[in-house]
Amino acid sequence: MNKYLIIFILFLTSIKANALIEVDITRGNLNPLPVAVSPLSIDENSKKNFKKILKKNNIGSEISIIIENNLKTSGLFNPLDKDAFLQTPDIANLKPRFEDWSLIKAQALITGKVSYVDEKLRVEFRLWDVLAGKEMMALAFTTVPNNWRRIGHMITDKVYERLTGEKGYFDTRIIYVAEEGPKTNRKKKLALMDQDGSNNIFLTYGNELVLTPRFHPESQMVTYLSYFQNRPRVYLLDIETGNQEVVGDFPGMTFAPRFSPDGKKIIMSFAKDGNSDIYTMDLENRIVQKITNHPSIDTSPSYSPDGKYICFNSDRSGYQQIYIMKSDGSNVKRISFGNGLYGTPVWSPRGDLIAFTKLHKGKFYIGVMRIDGSGERLLTENFYQEAPSWSPNGRVLIFYRETKTNDKGEGFSAKLWSIDLTGYNERLVNTPTDASDPSWSSLLSN
Amino acid sequence: MLRIRNIDQGAIMKINKILKNAFLITFAAVALSACAGSQKAGQMQSDVYTGTDTVEYLASGVKDRVFFATNETVLTTAARETLRKQAAWLRKNSKITIILEGHADERGTREYNLALGERRANAAKDYLMTYGISSDRISVLSYGKERPVDSGSSPLAWSKNRRSVTVKAN
Repeated sequence: MNKYLIIFILFLTSIKANALIEVDITRGNLNPLPVAVSPLSIDENSKKNFKKILKKNNIGSEISIIIENNLKTSGLFNPLDKDAFLQTPDIANLKPRFEDWSLIKAQALITGKVSYVDEKLRVEFRLWDVLAGKEMMALAFTTVPNNWRRIGHMITDKVYERLTGEKGYFDTRIIYVAEEGPKTNRKKKLALMDQDGSNNIFLTYGNELVLTPRFHPESQMVTYLSYFQNRPRVYLLDIETGNQEVVGDFPGMTFAPRFSPDGKKIIMSFAKDGNSDIYTMDLENRIVQKITNHPSIDTSPSYSPDGKYICFNSDRSGYQQIYIMKSDGSNVKRISFGNGLYGTPVWSPRGDLIAFTKLHKGKFYIGVMRIDGSGERLLTENFYQEAPSWSPNGRVLIFYRETKTNDKGEGFSAKLWSIDLTGYNERLVNTPTDASDPSWSSLLSN
Repeated sequence: MLRIRNIDQGAIMKINKILKNAFLITFAAVALSACAGSQKAGQMQSDVYTGTDTVEYLASGVKDRVFFATNETVLTTAARETLRKQAAWLRKNSKITIILEGHADERGTREYNLALGERRANAAKDYLMTYGISSDRISVLSYGKERPVDSGSSPLAWSKNRRSVTVKAN
C-alpha cells in the first residue's frame, strides 16, 4: 500500500468557512441531498492510454461512478440521473452553467478532469454549490493508474467531509470471513475487499477454521483466530508478505483478538481449565500481561480510542454483560443493565459510544450505549445477527446476519449488513460468497 | 358351520359409533402427544437433550457425549452417569488418550460461545478426573458454535448442539 506514490496538490480557491449546503448526519436523513456527479472529463490521448493500461474505455466515467455509488450507499445523498445532465463534462468542469444544474434539482455538483501525465493518473475535481453558484472545493491527486478506484473513494471522502463536517469512510477496506458449505461443515476463509465490495481477495485457503479477523490501526496487519492443526490460537498476518505467526506461546486456546489503538499490542482472551481471562501481548518485546483475573468468562475486549480503557464481555454477574475497566485491568465496572444478554462490545472511534449485540426473548439486536451504559438504543432486530464493527468515522456499523433453516436444515445463509448510527439506511453489503465477522479498516489515506 | 344372520342395523350403527369414538380418542391422544413435540419423553427435559439421535458409542454401552441446558455448563445426572461409564472404560483401556470437544448452540455470540464450549468440555474433564483418569490423558478443544451436529433452527436442534463429545485421540 505504501509502495505507490500519491501526490496531493491543493489549489484552494474561494473556500468558504461556512458551507451554504450542509448535510446533518446526526439525525435520520429522509431527504438525501440531490447531487449531480458529472462524468470526469478526459482528453482523447489520456483516454487511449488508460484504455491500454487499465482496459477501461472511459476512466473519467468509471471514477465518477465510484463517487456516485459511494454517495448513494451513504444514504445522505441522492445522485441524479446522468441522462438528465445538460452540460458535457469538459465544459462543466471549467464553468458550470448553474441554471442547467438547478433545473434538474441538483444542489451540489461534482465535476473534474482526468489526465495521463508522466505515466501517472492525475485527477482534478471540483465541488460546486449550485444554488449559491460558487465553487466550494478544488483538489487534485496524482498516483499510479492502478489506484484509480482509490481516487474515487478519496474524492468521496473529501466531498463528504466538506458537506457534513465529518471525516469520510470510503477509502477503507473490510476484512471478513467468507463462508461456504453446509452448516455442519462450514468452510471458512479470510477475505479482504474495498468497502464498496470491489477487489475482493481471499487470504487463506479454507483448510482450517478461521474466525474474527481484525485490522491493525495503521499497517497492513491482521489478527485473527485460526484452528491450524486443531490448535485454536490467535495469529498475526501480514497482508502484503503473507507472513503468519502465532501470537505468544499460550498453553491453551487464545481467541477474540484485537489491536490496541497504537498498534503496539494485541489484546485477547486465553481459556484454560474452564476459565477465560483477558491478556495483552506487546508485539515488540513479546511481554504478556494478564488483565482480568476472575473465574468467569471474560472475552471480546475492545480498547477506547485513547487506549486508556477497555470494554469487554463477562458473565461474572451470572450472564453475559458489558463491563469497562482501565487498560491495566483496574476499576472494573458493569455498564449494561437492560433486560437480556449483552455481547461483542466495540468502542466507537469517536470515543463516545459502545456498540453491542443483545439477545432478548429469542431476538438479536444491534445497539449502542454511552460509555457509562446510559442511553441504550437498539438499531435493528433480527432472528440472528451479531458482531458490529465501526466505520472509522464512528457513523456506520457493519455486522452480519444468519437466516433460519427449515426442518431439513436447508435455507441457511450468512451475509454482511450495515446500518447508520441513526438506525436508518440499513443495507446488505455485497460479498461473492456468504460472509460473517466483518471488521472495518481505518482510512487508508491516513 | 358359518351362520349368516341378518345383523340388526341399529346394532351396527351403535358399534360403528363406539369404534369411531374409540378411534377419535386414540387419534386425539396421539395428536396431543405429538404436539407436545420436543418435550416428548426421550427428547428434551428442562432444555437438555435426552435423546440418542446424535449419540455415538466409544464402546458397547458407553455413550460418547453429554448435553447441557442453554447457557449452562453444569453436568446433569444423566451426564454424570455417561461420564462414569466413560471413566470405567478409560480405566480398562489405560493406553487411550482422549480429546473432549466442547460445543455451544448458535443462539449466542461467537466469542462467548468459544469460551462456553471450553468450559463445558472442562466440566466433563474435571468429572472424569474425579473418577481416576489422569489429566495428561485428556485434552480439551472448544468449537464454540462452529460445528453444529444439527443444522435446524429449533430448540430441539439447538439442544443437540449443546454438548461435550469425547473423542479418541490415539
